Amino acid sequence: MMRLDKYMPAWLKRIGLTSALLLFVAGIVFWGGFNWALEWTNREAFCISCHEMEENVFREYQNTIHYTNRTGVRATCPDCHVPKEWVPKIIRKIQASNEVFHKVLGTISTPEKFNAKRSQLSQNEWRRMKANDSQECRNCHNYDYMDYTEQGKRAAKQHPEAFVAGKTCIDCHKGIAHQLPAIDQHIGVQNEGAVVMSHGEEDEAEKPPAEGEGQN
Amino acid sequence: MRFITALTLASALLLSGAGLAGAQEKLLSERGDVAIDEEMKVDMFRPEKDSDLIPRDFQKQPPLIPHTVKGYNITQNFNKCMDCHSKERAEETGATLVAKSHYLDREANKLKNISPRRYFCMQCHVPQFDAKPLVENTYKPARREE
Repeated sequence: MMRLDKYMPAWLKRIGLTSALLLFVAGIVFWGGFNWALEWTNREAFCISCHEMEENVFREYQNTIHYTNRTGVRATCPDCHVPKEWVPKIIRKIQASNEVFHKVLGTISTPEKFNAKRSQLSQNEWRRMKANDSQECRNCHNYDYMDYTEQGKRAAKQHPEAFVAGKTCIDCHKGIAHQLPAIDQHIGVQNEGAVVMSHGEEDEAEKPPAEGEGQN
Repeated sequence: MRFITALTLASALLLSGAGLAGAQEKLLSERGDVAIDEEMKVDMFRPEKDSDLIPRDFQKQPPLIPHTVKGYNITQNFNKCMDCHSKERAEETGATLVAKSHYLDREANKLKNISPRRYFCMQCHVPQFDAKPLVENTYKPARREE
């Protein structure tokens, strides 16, 4: 009979075969458990177990197409807010520990506090989605497979233009699942001085305002 | 004199007869025959597909919205319509510009920007659905002033 020892590296001989096997199994259990815990926090039910989310953003989201629609295919909280790829997911999860910290502090514990912070919170998310080229949108909405003949006139016209200009989903589709913060749309004193929403332009300041007025 | 009395009587008879005939004819509300505690069948109306500009039916008619407005919110924070139709954005988006009349206050003084009383676009401008009119519309616009 062939001796197994001959093929075993030195470290394996030192700890013994049984211990090595046990360690291997422990690794599987640990990794599986870690992944399970990670996925356990990646559920809508987990997100809205926190009243900050349930009372504000979740209620707003209930009126939108990603919550309820013709076919019942849904995009829940983590589908848009947590990357699917492993490394970006872990980075986002580590960042989320800051959110746990603010949950403890009660930074957005009432709708009033939440709305006061809405502008900052939404800009964080816009920045994140802009940086990763709206990856979470594209997990489902891949523009290579968009059939423009099936789209509305405006969408069919604007989508190809936007893609050629290198724009990403979030450049135009802001506030599709939640209420927007106060935005300065340059239509009067209302919201003057509030954040200006970019539509993917390179530099908002360089863009000259459009001239001319309608008839009647 | 007697003739007039007879005439009055005759017409009264005729009228009551007509009233009786009317009572026999069943009156139906738009709700139909459905009792108030029953649920009635509701027609499902779908928004019309995006179309070209819809011609006006009369002078000064607020132009109709030729596209769906599903999920379009007009709130204190943001006016979805103005995201395309504002003076600043219309050129890029190809949307119809907000008319000059919307820059006037109620005393017809010109404002620098859109009047707050025009903020709620869909008070006057309405999207179209595939609903059939409940009653025939015989409206004809007045002749155009020259």
